[in-house]
Amino acid sequence: MGIYELSAKELGEKIKKKEISSEEVVNAFYKRIEEIEKKIHSFITLTKEEAIKQAKIVDEKIRKNEPVGELAGIPIAIKDNLCIQRIRTTCGSKILENYFAPYDATVIEKLRKADAIFVGKTNMDEFAMGSSTETSYFGLTRNPQNLEYIPGGSSGGSASAVAAKEIPFALGSDTGGSIRQPASCCGIVGLKPTYGRVSRYGLVAFASSLDQIGPLARDVYDCALLLKIISGYDEKDSTSINLPVPDFSQGLQGLKGLQGIKVGLPKEYFIEGIEPEVEKAVKEAAKVLAELGAEIIEISLPHTEYAVATYYLIAPSEASANLARYDGVRYGYRSTFNVQRSTLEEVYERTRGEGFGVEVKRRIMLGTYALSAGYYDAYYLKALKVRTLIKKDFDEAFKKVEVILTPTAPTPAFKLGEKLDDPLKMYLSDIFTISANLAGIPGISIPCGYTGGGIHLPIGLQILGKPFTEETVLKVAYAYEQTMNGKRITDNDK
Amino acid sequence: MNYQPVIGLEVHCQLKTKSKLFCACSTEFGLPANSNICPVCTGQPGVLPVLNKKAVEYAIRTAIALNCKTAQQSIFARKNYFYPDLPKNYQISQYEMPLAEDGYLEILNAENAEISRIPRKKRIGIQRVHLEEDAGKLLHAVGSQELDYSLVDFNRTGIPLLEIVSAPEINSPEEAYFYLQTLKMNLQYLDVSDCDMEKGSLRCDGNVSVVAEPSNLELERKVAGSGKKLGVKTEIKNMNSFKALKEALSYEINRQIEVLESGGKIVQETRLWDADRGITQSMRSKEYAHDYRYFPEPDLVPLILSIDHDLREENFVAEIKKNLPELPAQRKERFIKEYQLSEYDAGVVTAEKKLADYYEDTVKKLQVTGFKLQIVAKTIANWITTELLGKLNAEKKAIIDSPIKPEDLAGLIKLIQEGTISGKIAKTVFEEMYNTGKKAEKIVQEKGLVQLTDEKEIAKIIEGVLRENETIVREYKAGKERALGALVGAVMKKTQGRANPQLVNKILEEKLRSC
Repeated sequence: MGIYELSAKELGEKIKKKEISSEEVVNAFYKRIEEIEKKIHSFITLTKEEAIKQAKIVDEKIRKNEPVGELAGIPIAIKDNLCIQRIRTTCGSKILENYFAPYDATVIEKLRKADAIFVGKTNMDEFAMGSSTETSYFGLTRNPQNLEYIPGGSSGGSASAVAAKEIPFALGSDTGGSIRQPASCCGIVGLKPTYGRVSRYGLVAFASSLDQIGPLARDVYDCALLLKIISGYDEKDSTSINLPVPDFSQGLQGLKGLQGIKVGLPKEYFIEGIEPEVEKAVKEAAKVLAELGAEIIEISLPHTEYAVATYYLIAPSEASANLARYDGVRYGYRSTFNVQRSTLEEVYERTRGEGFGVEVKRRIMLGTYALSAGYYDAYYLKALKVRTLIKKDFDEAFKKVEVILTPTAPTPAFKLGEKLDDPLKMYLSDIFTISANLAGIPGISIPCGYTGGGIHLPIGLQILGKPFTEETVLKVAYAYEQTMNGKRITDNDK
Repeated sequence: MNYQPVIGLEVHCQLKTKSKLFCACSTEFGLPANSNICPVCTGQPGVLPVLNKKAVEYAIRTAIALNCKTAQQSIFARKNYFYPDLPKNYQISQYEMPLAEDGYLEILNAENAEISRIPRKKRIGIQRVHLEEDAGKLLHAVGSQELDYSLVDFNRTGIPLLEIVSAPEINSPEEAYFYLQTLKMNLQYLDVSDCDMEKGSLRCDGNVSVVAEPSNLELERKVAGSGKKLGVKTEIKNMNSFKALKEALSYEINRQIEVLESGGKIVQETRLWDADRGITQSMRSKEYAHDYRYFPEPDLVPLILSIDHDLREENFVAEIKKNLPELPAQRKERFIKEYQLSEYDAGVVTAEKKLADYYEDTVKKLQVTGFKLQIVAKTIANWITTELLGKLNAEKKAIIDSPIKPEDLAGLIKLIQEGTISGKIAKTVFEEMYNTGKKAEKIVQEKGLVQLTDEKEIAKIIEGVLRENETIVREYKAGKERALGALVGAVMKKTQGRANPQLVNKILEEKLRSC
């Protein structure tokens, strides 16, 4: 078995036991990347030189038996909206094509402390606005499971890199499903933590009240391992919550069954528009959980139908302000059109007109409109009220159940280009993931089957939990994964 | 027709916290351009604001002093507009749920005082007090060299600003002036701001309208009570000094009256004061007014200021209230009672916190040496208000720059009270102290200015003077009492002013009676 086939857990153990050096591991993954990156295009930037240097430092520490971090020597990929000092952070946008961050995001600091090795920055929808990674200025990413299909988005590069075994695990960000939906599309595990669990400092903001950073990995254990490292209160992020961080991966060991766990199936998630194969796979998964001892209960989340509309008012509104700073004054792209004779307004208009892609501009306009005098109450304020109702739906539901089971997306991955010209269709890709962001609750997507008919695309199962119960969510996911191991159709690693 | 001006002032003052409002950068003034910046205050992608607790404390302290109701919960908002001095292209400010609302500031309407000699107190309503971040500075020229591009300095970006909005209850430029003076005085006493208009740490915009005044004053009062209709207002910006404030408001009031008198209409707009030309000019009209698209700042959590029902929680506001420093009005009252100063003297001495501190320091220094408060308190006030402030004002110096420190002034007054030097000599000594920084005692010793109190010696000198001025003596004896002054003067001249004046008078009269 090649080094790149190993999980993060296995790699970490081997490196610590000196069975293999971090440098060997890092080289093995770069070799894998060189082999398949042309087909898939998971990365915007690779940082091989720096990665090898870091690997050597970790190897040296291990050789001298010095203490090392929990992820010592393990390679990781980072979504390109997370700032790493002196490394390019593009957000998949022309406007930040040559932006080098002057600081480390808090999660990057934490990963450095854990001695993880940064291999590169992954492709994404421009400013995380999209569900297919097709809006990236740096070109599209293909689904390793089937190259004609999208990898999902916006963390499509991170998901494809993990699925194609270019990396053991990666970080993504999730504003409306941007970790879970690509994880579902690529057949891997992706977790969006509770809002406030992980510091957002250094995550280039899309919608501040919805954004969370989270792990994407090949299995639940690695996902838990990475979540533990990045979690925790950060005084640089006032919205992060000061709660103890459980040892998520430790909590999975010795897990036996799901006795006494109540699992909710919301009736509003199994409606028209959902692909029959998806519905079937999720209901089968519920049966598996029931066999493990869980009690399956039908529940109702009555305001589900308003989630997408609510999201597409709140997220663009916040984005319209968050993206205002890209004006060409201090950093990033500035239009070179007739600079000497342009007025200030013209410099702004040209720079932003040329620097942003179509989808980003669409959302900035949406948000600007929703916040405008005379419209604020009808749109933004109304959306906030509905958001509260959606939150209350979950509060009520979680009085009856510990976790909620839903499909991650109504369909498996769709074909490249299929929805690019139809934003409304594209927006519906996140119909099942958006509510978790609006309510601030944690959610994981794990593979629960494949489509038939020769297309063979993964289907994702979403498990949602109460705020700050990632432990429970991970346990249910882990129990399911352990049961399915062996039964699962092996992914076609071509 | 008579018109009554209606003015509301919007004051911004920089709080003197050590660090900026949302990052750890220093607030120090006058550093090289862009040396006091970080990823947060330059709006790099991915950064987040963290609220400065001290700034909130200063803001609440001010709000309490301005008799405002502080919010139990307050939120920040984003104010969206594009400008190169604003790195995020939105300003973190407050909109709904500001820190405090609905207070007042009591001012002395000295315009009336001049007529009646009794200052009339007037309360100006404070609508709201809120916190926001300052913007950077644009430079369009280097020295006298105009640039064909602009430079931006972000050192100022993110410095905490307190916005204090008055109700439209100011009715003349003079009243506006006194309002701003009183506000400044309070802010300095609260030790929350330097309030230096030249450095821009105190800024003021005005909203101005005029209403035709009903002839019947009673009617006016009735209407005022039920919410008088306001005229169309203009916003005046760029009033960068107290002088500019008065002049700009006067100009604008007259301009509006002229427009109305000639049958025109006031246009709602923003106007800039041009100090060189002495006029206000239209900057932008209502149609071009910004839509700031305020919405709650999602990067900051609501600020919980006081929890009345939960005793386990620390009550932030109550704590600040408990430790509120003495305010100018209180201090003035205390000076009148404790030191028996006149209303006028107490007003002058307490007009500035540092000056009042100076006064009280001097009092304490003299009390330590055993002098009775009643005896020295008034003397000190006189020396400060006439001699010291006269000197300092002439040189445009502040009290802290005074070359004579409180202990030095105390030393001088001690010499007078002990009779070592006469009051007249004391003025010479004061001059010397001010110019050289030397102590009074030293100057007196060096120059031999110790008062002559030996009666025999004085008598001897007087005898000489009487011999030399027989004509004057004769005149005096003939009933011309004023001639005595000339004789006293002659004695003082002979002693270079050192002779104790009371003794000179006494002995001289005795001698004149007996000769």
